[in-house]
Amino acid sequence: MSLTSQRRSVKVFASVAVLSLGLAACGSSDSGDGGDAGSGDAGASKIDCAPYEAFGDLKGKEVSVYTSITAPEDQPHIDPYKPFEDCTGVKVKYEGSKEFEAQLPVRVKGGNAPDIAYLPQPGLLQTMVATGKVIEAPPEVVKNVDANMPDFKEYGTVDGKFYAAPLGANVKSFVWYSPSAFADKGYEVPKTWDELMTLTQKIAADNPDSKPWCAGIESGDATGWPATDWLEDVMLRTAGPETYDKWVKHEIPFNDPSVQTALAEVGKILKDPKFVNGGYGDVKTIASTSFQDAGQPILDGSCYMHRQASFYAANWPEGTNVAEDGDVWAFYLPAKDESSKPVLGGGEFVAAFADRPEVKAFQTYLSSVEWANERARTCGSGGCVTANKNADVSLLKNPVDKLSAEQLTDESATFRFDGSDLMPGAVGAGTFWKGMTNWITGQDDKATLDYIENSWPKS
Amino acid sequence: MSTLQPAATPESLPTESGETVTGSRVGRGKGATSKAAGALGSRWASLVAVLIAVLWTTPTLGLLVTSFRSARDINTSGWWTVFTDPSGLTLDNYRQALEPGAQSSFTQYLINTVVITIPAVLLPIFLASLAAYAFAWMPFPGRDALFVAVFALQIVPLQIALIPLLDIYTNKLGFGQSYWSVWLSHTIFALPLATFLIHNFMRELPGELMEAARVDGAGHVTIFFKILLPLLTPALAAFGIFQFLWVWNDLLVSLVFLSGPEYAPITVRVAELSGSRGSAWYLLSAGAFISMVVPVVVFLSLQRFFVRGLLAGGLKG
Repeated sequence: MSLTSQRRSVKVFASVAVLSLGLAACGSSDSGDGGDAGSGDAGASKIDCAPYEAFGDLKGKEVSVYTSITAPEDQPHIDPYKPFEDCTGVKVKYEGSKEFEAQLPVRVKGGNAPDIAYLPQPGLLQTMVATGKVIEAPPEVVKNVDANMPDFKEYGTVDGKFYAAPLGANVKSFVWYSPSAFADKGYEVPKTWDELMTLTQKIAADNPDSKPWCAGIESGDATGWPATDWLEDVMLRTAGPETYDKWVKHEIPFNDPSVQTALAEVGKILKDPKFVNGGYGDVKTIASTSFQDAGQPILDGSCYMHRQASFYAANWPEGTNVAEDGDVWAFYLPAKDESSKPVLGGGEFVAAFADRPEVKAFQTYLSSVEWANERARTCGSGGCVTANKNADVSLLKNPVDKLSAEQLTDESATFRFDGSDLMPGAVGAGTFWKGMTNWITGQDDKATLDYIENSWPKS
Repeated sequence: MSTLQPAATPESLPTESGETVTGSRVGRGKGATSKAAGALGSRWASLVAVLIAVLWTTPTLGLLVTSFRSARDINTSGWWTVFTDPSGLTLDNYRQALEPGAQSSFTQYLINTVVITIPAVLLPIFLASLAAYAFAWMPFPGRDALFVAVFALQIVPLQIALIPLLDIYTNKLGFGQSYWSVWLSHTIFALPLATFLIHNFMRELPGELMEAARVDGAGHVTIFFKILLPLLTPALAAFGIFQFLWVWNDLLVSLVFLSGPEYAPITVRVAELSGSRGSAWYLLSAGAFISMVVPVVVFLSLQRFFVRGLLAGGLKG
């Protein structure tokens, strides 16, 4: 055993050395690219340590974090841990895995749970709470959440108990387009749903060689999810947020007439061979095109619009100018009229599996304004929007982040969480995906909705 | 042996039908072997073999070419276009793939893989050859039943053992976060097949050898180490290569038992190369090649043993 522990300490030393090298490399490349002084190595910024001193002396303690966010998107999460580590002396061990959703239940059941996990879906939180291993959020976190992100609180609550504070957020109600192509052809960004449909017809009529929309829903095991976002987004617009809530909670059946209306509206775009699938072919190619590739034809002009979340920004090839007057940009998927503004989005939640003071202190930090601001400040690559409404939006550097944050903080906006993430896993991560995929490949509206309704777990 | 049988069909040997039973068998055996050799040596067989080899290698070649192309090229055109327009080849993918991740560099993962693989290959070979010796040459009550039971374990899919094993490692043995959990797991999962293979090989060695050694006063330990182990080399090498490739390419077992980048092997890193939402999948081809280099070298340099091990086992049956 002595051999093992010796080897382990060497390992730890090696990884610390590598980590510091990595950070140094990161810092230099950041300042080289953007010219923003202190973007990568700004980790040294000071925060008020008082809130964490209440948890006692934590020097030398470790907190392990397990998430679904891997390189390169993990760096914006890791960098802002620094002020907390400086304050408390706690070492935060970050681990990201793409197999997160499959591995977390295994680790929890096997008794090897991480201290903290970032859960990307409220549905997963419910499953984890059901194992009895999730620890309720401490009062300090509850206070922060009430002050900073009240809209998200219900999503971190299971059976009346608050477990998980929201962390990051993303906005899904976006349509990606090419500002330069729009300018060349004299198209304007639509403000209402009717304008969007008119524009769609106009583009189809003007450009016989290309299509107004491109879409792709292939995503490995999760094939179909981009289509569920389509339906949810349109449902928010045709039926309104209240009906949407009822639908997600299954207070109205999945095949309710209001959902049929919404699906028919989606079908007017996604199932019309005149309107899709720019750059790829007919309607059926939507099912076989990967969601990463789906929007790319916008760049060569074979497609004009692509509805996808803010995180699609990472999929544009290197050198693409993502800006309001650049190669690609996004506009808000318009509502029925300009008076309402439903926003569909998603986010992660911080669940704790350990009841130790350093874990609680870290949870408190993650729900604080300091964390959100530090994250925005050190964020180089984008994807740093938080659910925290008291965070300083002006600190965000990435234009897409700014755009998303504006949507989230807009006074007139009504935020709703991605419905498939809230539904029971068997539907939200199962039959809903499958049903929408079959719908794309030819199944009619009614059969699709009936199929999903029948699969809803009876309880 | 069974693969060589079809060559010795009765129709192909009509003249030998009148001979005695033993004569016919010997004659057929010889005919089959030489016929098989002839068939394998013929021009058509070579052509088919070359054709299959080309078909088999093409995707790998495509992967290799792709790994040198830029992200935009990969998305817009096929890898074969490189042969007509070889411009735009780049080492960028390799540079990016080798760049340190959040906590560890690629080399760290490579070292982790080596640290995981070597004991996970040696341990089952050692244990299985000891067990195989007992099953083959030490008579004890219930030996055959026990042997069947060990081999029957092969049927149990390893997936169902993951959670219970993890529970035992972390809660009962207390080494959830160390290499011991993967070493032991790989050993456990490999033992049934290893025992079976090595046992079969050992059974075929002439018993007189062991008897002679025993007459000269050798015990089990001497017989095993001095006589059997050297003779077993081809079989051990053949199984060793199998196990090496299996452990090297394993993702599942490492994902479950090893948490944290300071322990995770290269497969875990390759799986994560494409980023949280798969937006950087062009890095995968480069990552795959980096992780492939070592197994390919091992296989090529040891393939002599591999083939000999297979043939040695087969021809004596």
